[in-house]
Amino acid sequence: MPINPSGTDSGKAQRFREAALPHLDDVYTLARYLLRNADDAEDAVQECYLRALKHFDSYRGPAMKPWLFAILRNVCRAEFARRSSSPTTDIDELPDDAAQAPLWHEAPETPETQMLRQRDASAVRKLVTALAEPFRETFVLREIHNLSYREIADIVAAPVGTVMSRLARARAMLRTAWMAEEEQKT
Amino acid sequence: MTCDEAEILLHALIDGELDAGHTRDVEAHVASCPRCAAALADYREMSKAIAGADLRFAAPPELRRRIEAALPQALPQASAPSRRSMLRGFAMGSAVSALAATGLVAIVLRNDDEQRILSEVVTAHLRSLQAGHLIDVVSTDQHTVKPWFNGKLDVSPPVVDLTAQGFTLIGGRLDYVDARSIGAVVYRRRQHIINLFVAQTANTEHRPAKMETMQGFNVRRWSEQGMNFWAVSDIGPDELAEFGDKFEATLKSNAAG
Repeated sequence: MPINPSGTDSGKAQRFREAALPHLDDVYTLARYLLRNADDAEDAVQECYLRALKHFDSYRGPAMKPWLFAILRNVCRAEFARRSSSPTTDIDELPDDAAQAPLWHEAPETPETQMLRQRDASAVRKLVTALAEPFRETFVLREIHNLSYREIADIVAAPVGTVMSRLARARAMLRTAWMAEEEQKT
Repeated sequence: MTCDEAEILLHALIDGELDAGHTRDVEAHVASCPRCAAALADYREMSKAIAGADLRFAAPPELRRRIEAALPQALPQASAPSRRSMLRGFAMGSAVSALAATGLVAIVLRNDDEQRILSEVVTAHLRSLQAGHLIDVVSTDQHTVKPWFNGKLDVSPPVVDLTAQGFTLIGGRLDYVDARSIGAVVYRRRQHIINLFVAQTANTEHRPAKMETMQGFNVRRWSEQGMNFWAVSDIGPDELAEFGDKFEATLKSNAAG
């Protein structure tokens, strides 16, 4: 079955440009959080778009953003594998109850919520970036990209239940770190 | 419900992913458990702060430029060599297993989405057949129906007269598909109604017609000139195909004339 009836590469490139480029900021944002490094993120996004274009013929349907995210994630995993000698951990190698999660300790009891005040973006970014994988990935897909549990599950190739427990862990860790920072300020 | 269960489920509550039964359970637990209530309040506050903080990054212009430059250019003559050089670039990446996985994702999502829109279109067709819902502007004159859409939609649906070909234009309607307004041009073939739904799309490529069947209705779907078309009717697929062919042909000759 001919997938590309126009048969021209320029037509394909044009369709790809219109479908994929509007998501560039989103893809770049995810790359920044996954790789925690601006240069690596740029390389990964570029590689992601090249791979996406190559496989655009077999892509159908309007859910472009999750498709790009899934490709980006694979690019990032390859990047982790490449620098496996470094202490960075592969997204998928951490068990869900990873004890080494740096921000995790028992949440202190607090009846008040006023500790969680509005703060500037860079401070929040820092807290989110400090989350361990795979919790950071799930958290970013949910809180920054507003994807549904189902979409996240498809992207990270895990059951919805796993997405839920990762998200719960991510938020618990963030809450602890958030409040610890508030205490330091006061 | 225990605190352990609530600890997971209250996130689904915040995210609006919980069904009604579990929502009641979690809310009942939170009402009786100060610890979980405090956690829920904190998480809600956090989500609000995060939503307000804008944690996105803007892609550097240089990155955008590099990606643009790597795409084949829009001139057909120039595309062949640039494509070949680009494929050489791709050959460097080993992405076979990775792409098998993403392909799967894309297929699942695509089916979900296309099926969903298809089913919405059929539902809109069914709704239109209920008394008084079929037509907002009643006219057999294309020069009345077409201007009626002006200003009501972000696309001006093409309206062509196919009476001579056996399909009578009877009017137009605004409908609602895929969470937005969509134009419907209504035709009649004997006692059968054909709804032609027209929606704008960013994709300007011609996509050839595809015939599908859902809930006993036939749907002929195609894309042209930046618009998606769905013709829905209970007439047979051969007649619906004839309608589509004649519509496209008339549209083309109108454009040429």
